Amino acid sequence: MMNKTMQKERVLRTPDEIAKRQGMWLTIVALVALYVLLFALDNFLKPSKFTLMLIPVLKKGAIYSLLCVSMNLLNGFTGLFSLGQAGFMLIGAYAYSIFSIPVAQHASVYQYFDGGAIQFSIPEALGGVLGVNAGSFFGAIICIIIAGLAAAVFAALIGIPVLRLKSDYLAIATLGFAEIIRAFFQWDSLGAITNGSNLLRKYTAFNDMNIQIGAKVLKFGTIFPFLIVMISILIIVLLINSSYGRAFKAIRDDEVAAEAMGINLFKHKMLSFVISSFFAGVGGALLAMFQTTVQASAFMSAMTYEILLIVVIGGIGSVSGSCIAAFLYIACSEWWLRFLDSGSVAGIQVPFFRDGFRKVVFSVVIMIIVLFFSQGIMGNKELSFAGLIRKIKAKKAAKAVKATAGGAAK
Amino acid sequence: MSDAILKINDLKVNYGGIEAVKGISFDVPKGEIITLIGANGAGKSSTLRAIAGLVKPASGSIVFNGEDITAKDPTAIVTKGITLVPEGRKIFPDLTVLENLRIGAYLRNDDLTDDLNWVYDLFPRLKERSWQAGGTLSGGEQQMLAVGRALMSRPKVIMMDEPSLGLAPIIVRGIFDIIKEINKQGVTVLLIEQNANMALKTADLGYVMETGRITMSGSGAELLSDEQVKKAYLGA
Repeated sequence: MMNKTMQKERVLRTPDEIAKRQGMWLTIVALVALYVLLFALDNFLKPSKFTLMLIPVLKKGAIYSLLCVSMNLLNGFTGLFSLGQAGFMLIGAYAYSIFSIPVAQHASVYQYFDGGAIQFSIPEALGGVLGVNAGSFFGAIICIIIAGLAAAVFAALIGIPVLRLKSDYLAIATLGFAEIIRAFFQWDSLGAITNGSNLLRKYTAFNDMNIQIGAKVLKFGTIFPFLIVMISILIIVLLINSSYGRAFKAIRDDEVAAEAMGINLFKHKMLSFVISSFFAGVGGALLAMFQTTVQASAFMSAMTYEILLIVVIGGIGSVSGSCIAAFLYIACSEWWLRFLDSGSVAGIQVPFFRDGFRKVVFSVVIMIIVLFFSQGIMGNKELSFAGLIRKIKAKKAAKAVKATAGGAAK
Repeated sequence: MSDAILKINDLKVNYGGIEAVKGISFDVPKGEIITLIGANGAGKSSTLRAIAGLVKPASGSIVFNGEDITAKDPTAIVTKGITLVPEGRKIFPDLTVLENLRIGAYLRNDDLTDDLNWVYDLFPRLKERSWQAGGTLSGGEQQMLAVGRALMSRPKVIMMDEPSLGLAPIIVRGIFDIIKEINKQGVTVLLIEQNANMALKTADLGYVMETGRITMSGSGAELLSDEQVKKAYLGA
């Protein structure tokens, strides 16, 4: 008996596992610190040009992190090359918006469709019970879950035929699906629900969650996207590290061997596809909240390519790589490289700098990354505190060995 | 043979109109090492793939422990206790050795500690490399991992498709020693090989396959001394 438990210890309680636990606590501490910093920056610092750029960029970066991680789950961890991301985001964005537009606003939003068909709003209904702020918060969460579920249901339906296809064919089929969805949501006959090709607006956005205390407005809304993204990515990471995640990676590495081990290929591919789409839907809903208006025509395949690009830059098969690349990409395209479009640097007129030049430079940067970091920033490694602890320990151990070896030599 | 754990009856396997296996019947007695030998394209791999459920047989039946398992899916077949060590090892290169082994036990929900220790005892080398990615192992170590991975499903019958493929003779001998060891511990082994010499020396019972048919059978020693087998497969 004693011997058996000891054997168990030997197999499962490795230094690796200990580093993992320490890393987890450090991660939690770091995340809490970041939240506090963000909240303080947003609420107690006088808004400057810097914070006015920083906070929206961080928000969008967080949303793109989720979108990229969800695509990475499918493309990087399960080895299914799918290009349907924009389609599932669109479904998510629409499902979210439709259910959270306040009833009083229906007449103006759906002005061409007699106020629309759906005459209720989840955040408003909850607001009547819980108060406006709490109603917006929990209502938005429910709508986001609906958005994810809507995307997941569509994924399950098209997954049945499409997941039997391999590699490029799967990419073509999912790309086609996304384009069909985009056209479908602009179809006039569905206007009472989707508002045809017109904008959806006035639904619950981040700012509706800000709480006013006296003269001071506490911007809890800023925290919201980070919270949802963090929880979603956490769920995906847990999935990847579970036995299901192992099966996904096995399918990616070798389909035939995975099947020979008894892994049901179709079932696991479907699971990965549905879950990835669920979080694409959640990401779409968050993007809708971020933009405060949403229109089907914006969800073009270029959006999918953008996300795919970030996944490739970050490293196919690396969650942390996707996140780092998402923040860098958004910061560059929305902020750091903006000056290239403005026509001048520090007051000096530069002839090439005009509208669109940013994109030229950006493309060159991306080409350099793809050429010289063909594995992406992270390859398939993860950046984590646990990994850092392991590395430091290994270095210490190596140093100790060197020291004893040196001592022996003397 | 009444104690056959696996009975193959008039099995036919087609690949898009080409008959790879043209109606073969053989028994796998429980607790023994059985080998199918034959040249490239004789239909050996197709036979194993059909038993494992990876291809659907065109006709014929496969009976395991008195139960018809013809055309069942691989998940059901692995659960019943038949696993395949695929040709060319096919380990998962980006997963660690431990993860590879865990995938082998994917359909089991019970405690794996004893089995992990069993596999690590059989292959101490795998234990040293536990946290290494499968793709970084040498060819011989990868073959050990492939066998270990299959053992993790706690099979009653383990089928091996050319375990000696592309390995140095000394490592091949090690692999065959392990096969005997596994067999001693009660696992029935169905082995297919082009290395007929090693296979027949190890096996209790051998079948010779030629272009989709079984042309000869006998104990390993019998086949080894058979003139025809010598000429065709042993290069004598």
